[in-house]
Amino acid sequence: MSSALAIQNLGIRLGGHQILKDVSAEINEGEFIGIFGPNGAGKTTLLRALLGLCPVSSGEIRIFGQAPGRSNRSIGYMPQSSACPEGTALSARALISAVRGGEKWGVPRPSFSADKEISHALELAGVTNYADRPFSVLSGGEKKRVALAQALIDRPRLLILDEPLASLDPKNQMRLVDRIVKIRNETGATVLFIAHDINPLLGVMDRILYMAGGGAALGTVDEVITGPALSALYGMEIDVVRAGSRIFIVNSESNVTETALHG
Amino acid sequence: MADTILNLFSYDFVRNAFVAGSIAAILGAVVGYFVIIRNVGFAAHALAHIGFTGATGAALFALSPLQGMLLISCAAGALMGISGDKLHRSELAVGMVLSFALGVGTLFLALYKGFAGQATSILFGNIFGVSHSQITETILLAVLSLGTLALFSRRLLFASLEPDLAEARGISLTALSTGFMIILAVAVTLASQVVGILLVFTLVIGPAGIAARLCRGFWTAITISIVIAVGAVWLGILLACLTNLPPSFWITGILFLLYIVTELLCRFVLRVER
Repeated sequence: MSSALAIQNLGIRLGGHQILKDVSAEINEGEFIGIFGPNGAGKTTLLRALLGLCPVSSGEIRIFGQAPGRSNRSIGYMPQSSACPEGTALSARALISAVRGGEKWGVPRPSFSADKEISHALELAGVTNYADRPFSVLSGGEKKRVALAQALIDRPRLLILDEPLASLDPKNQMRLVDRIVKIRNETGATVLFIAHDINPLLGVMDRILYMAGGGAALGTVDEVITGPALSALYGMEIDVVRAGSRIFIVNSESNVTETALHG
Repeated sequence: MADTILNLFSYDFVRNAFVAGSIAAILGAVVGYFVIIRNVGFAAHALAHIGFTGATGAALFALSPLQGMLLISCAAGALMGISGDKLHRSELAVGMVLSFALGVGTLFLALYKGFAGQATSILFGNIFGVSHSQITETILLAVLSLGTLALFSRRLLFASLEPDLAEARGISLTALSTGFMIILAVAVTLASQVVGILLVFTLVIGPAGIAARLCRGFWTAITISIVIAVGAVWLGILLACLTNLPPSFWITGILFLLYIVTELLCRFVLRVER
């Protein structure tokens, strides 16, 4: 298996703060990686660094053997929120058309090949049924899928999804995860999935990257989500509680649950 | 009736009004669509008010009101663009600057007594007072700004709808925003010739806003926006000639009526929620 993403001794300093220090990870092509950690652990910083939007202070990032460039076409990125103005009738298809080739100069031009590419992305994300309805009237779950379709434009080999499950109910969370697994299987793309809660993704991830205290641990759920491994990362005592098939991470010093740790 | 209308076109000032009105309408309709999707309506409104200072202060520098307004609103637009999204979308910052600019404008008015008549035409528009040289200026400015907008409209559309994605693809949001705000300043200045500074909103936001509520694609929205803007201006000028009431009243009235119809359509027929 060839490497999709190689991070070596990565350190990032922003405004005098050491956000990340000595992070190393080697991710293979086609892997489904869940990225977790409390707020401020550097998840977003890492993501920005992968997109080439944030300077690297030390170490190195290689994506398919290349340095992260600002116009890296092999990355599909799903941002946390879409800026689509409410109250307009702009359809999901029009939104995605604007994204395809959006970095080009000139006026927006529809073309046959563009239409084909857009239809392909819509189909992969499963939004064909409501692609022509105004984006602003779609439900939260439907909007997320449209954002997913945008990330699939240009057939990326690496998908970076920034908290796609945020503000979705459990049923829609499950549907979206299933869809992303299906896309991974069909396209062979590597998936980096940033999430708050580990539980909706149990069973679909190949490995997880857990970030805390400026560092990160990469491994299977059983390797990383253990008391000793997380305690070392956080620098304080952490317990992992399993309730049936669900996992909870508890800070033993202040008795807060994983949700509170994230807050 | 038809004769009366045809007769109107034998007057120079009516022909000029139609030409200047059409050009301002087209530019406003196109630029306005981006104002809607970028959600910078208040900044557009402010640019017009800031322009008032330029229009009244122009005499100090031996410029025409149009030139003075153009200069100061372009400068303000560029500053808004450079200072970033947060600032020009901040209601407090924009509101403070716009009211101060209006204050300075009234100072210039007080310094130049006898300018009050012209102030009314700046504030409420004087489409029948457009001269030949102003028409040339208007055409030149409109072609220049539409041409520039055409150069980067694809990027602008992308960055307006998905700023995070656009940034990730290496597009400079600040540069785009600055370029757009300058073009918006030109559009606002030209529109204020038709309907006046106070009513610029009607021509720059109105048609585009109505089109954006109805149209699902970019090109259909732009087309409908232009049709509404040009239609409203033509009908407004025509009705003004026939009734001897101010054209600004008719144009704003027509667009307001269209807006009400659109809202009713959206709510009860198309079911597009706010």
